[in-house]
Amino acid sequence: MKISLGKWLLPLYSALALLFLMVPIAYTFVFSFNDSLKSNITWRGFTFDKWLNVCAVQNGAVCEAFGNSLVIGSVATVLATVMGTMIAIAIVRYRFRFRSATSLLLFLPMATPEVVLGAGLAAQFLSLGVAKDMTTIILAHTMFCISFVVVTVKARVASLDPALEEAGRDLYGSSAQVFLRVTLPLLVPGILAAALLSFALSFDDFIITNFNSGAVTTFPKYIYISAARGIPAEANVIASAVFIFALVVVVTAQVSSAARAKRLAKEA
Amino acid sequence: MAFAAFATTTAQADPAPRRRSPVALLLLLPGILYLVLFFLTPLVSLLITSFQAPAEFGDIGQYTYAFNWQNYVDVVTDYWPHIVRSFAFALAATVLALLFSYPLAYFIGVTARRWPLLQSLMLVLVIAPFFISFLLRTLAWKQLLSDESFVVTSLKAVSLLAPDAHLTGTPIAVIFGLTYNFIPFMTLPLYTTLERLDLRYLEAASDLYAHPFDVFRKVTIPLSMPGIVAGTLLTFIPAAGDYVNASRDFLGGPDSQMIGNVIEANFLVLLNYPAAAALSIILMSVILVIVGIYVKRAGTEELL
Repeated sequence: MKISLGKWLLPLYSALALLFLMVPIAYTFVFSFNDSLKSNITWRGFTFDKWLNVCAVQNGAVCEAFGNSLVIGSVATVLATVMGTMIAIAIVRYRFRFRSATSLLLFLPMATPEVVLGAGLAAQFLSLGVAKDMTTIILAHTMFCISFVVVTVKARVASLDPALEEAGRDLYGSSAQVFLRVTLPLLVPGILAAALLSFALSFDDFIITNFNSGAVTTFPKYIYISAARGIPAEANVIASAVFIFALVVVVTAQVSSAARAKRLAKEA
Repeated sequence: MAFAAFATTTAQADPAPRRRSPVALLLLLPGILYLVLFFLTPLVSLLITSFQAPAEFGDIGQYTYAFNWQNYVDVVTDYWPHIVRSFAFALAATVLALLFSYPLAYFIGVTARRWPLLQSLMLVLVIAPFFISFLLRTLAWKQLLSDESFVVTSLKAVSLLAPDAHLTGTPIAVIFGLTYNFIPFMTLPLYTTLERLDLRYLEAASDLYAHPFDVFRKVTIPLSMPGIVAGTLLTFIPAAGDYVNASRDFLGGPDSQMIGNVIEANFLVLLNYPAAAALSIILMSVILVIVGIYVKRAGTEELL
């Protein structure tokens, strides 16, 4: 009896722990179907209305905030992914001076609390007299995404088999050709993962945004501002839709990489 | 959201030898320049702002360059409870998240090794909270812990909570929220090290007649130290600076405000930039000292 209990304790705990992690997600999802009025606190009955007319509430304020978040996330992701990938290649492939200073400069933004990053940038924009708008949010988001891109892509560059690039050079490929037709395609999964991570970080960021957004509202900022007077169910709709989309992307990626691993194992 | 940072690097090929080339400079320059402009100089601006004094005949929010040490004395006298509270809450949340995550990460990384599909499914569930807005998750807990909620009424029914007590607005709710929100940051690095744990070490210890508890304490824990270090840092740092959980519209109340709330209020509402800057510098310095201790042990290259 004691043995079987010990054997089941860990799986049982793990299942309960994961269930616990899902609780607020389920809550948010369920309340996206609530036939609520202004605030979405008590359950007033089931409806699809909020899903069908997401932008109807408050003259589309929720949708406008969501749109801003998408634009900011996309631009910041492109900028951070390009710069971060370049750094990752340089770190793994080249020798250069100030190596440890570079590592430190890349590590520090991840070790700095967001409130310090946000207040620092805001203080800088203030002293330079820069007005806060969409651009300042993008500048801020790009900054904190770069380090995460470097970390993600670096792992991929380090695991590349140099023999593949040697083969390219042996076949008289110029360095540009080898880079574009061998190295870069092999890095694509890492770069994609980094881009997804950047977008997710930017999309969900509130603290840094709050310091550098001026009058512009992003989706998280909209929720923060509305929290005092009640969040409309439409915000739950958008969050749930994003959740489902992200889940589909991740599961597809997992399944396809598992399938590829299986295929490779078979070929070998 | 740092989960990709801990993705396992499988089948490390022999790395190509590192070359010296001007290309390296071209690759590094844009990103490094960007970080210097938008990360390092802002920190310097923050330091300069923290010493500013109010302009003599200026409006609210107008300050002149000065070397006003008094700002630091003022914020520490005014806000020392918030400073202490932030680190206490962050420490509590880190310990709780570690206790919560270790068994879970052990199950996913060690026990579930035989079933890769189960393993990846469980990992997806661990990062699933990241896919839904951080603020909405916290608000969901606010409702789930409100006075009329099932949790509170049942706790009162079994007399674990006084009849007139609340959960929301208390330090307990804030610590709970911090713990919940940063659990994935703890679980993922733990998983990454436990996944690579060589079980033969554990077998060797049992063969030498070590009690299972001693095997865990003397073999498993030391071998998973890199994950513990990474997880603690990734939980403690954002938790200490967080102000969403402790905000009054979320899980906090007047007695549970943290340093982040004070920085936000001083910067964005009171326009007292020097005070906000001084508090930020204090927060940053304490965290740098803590990180420094860890870095001394692990080295930055490994942490990155």
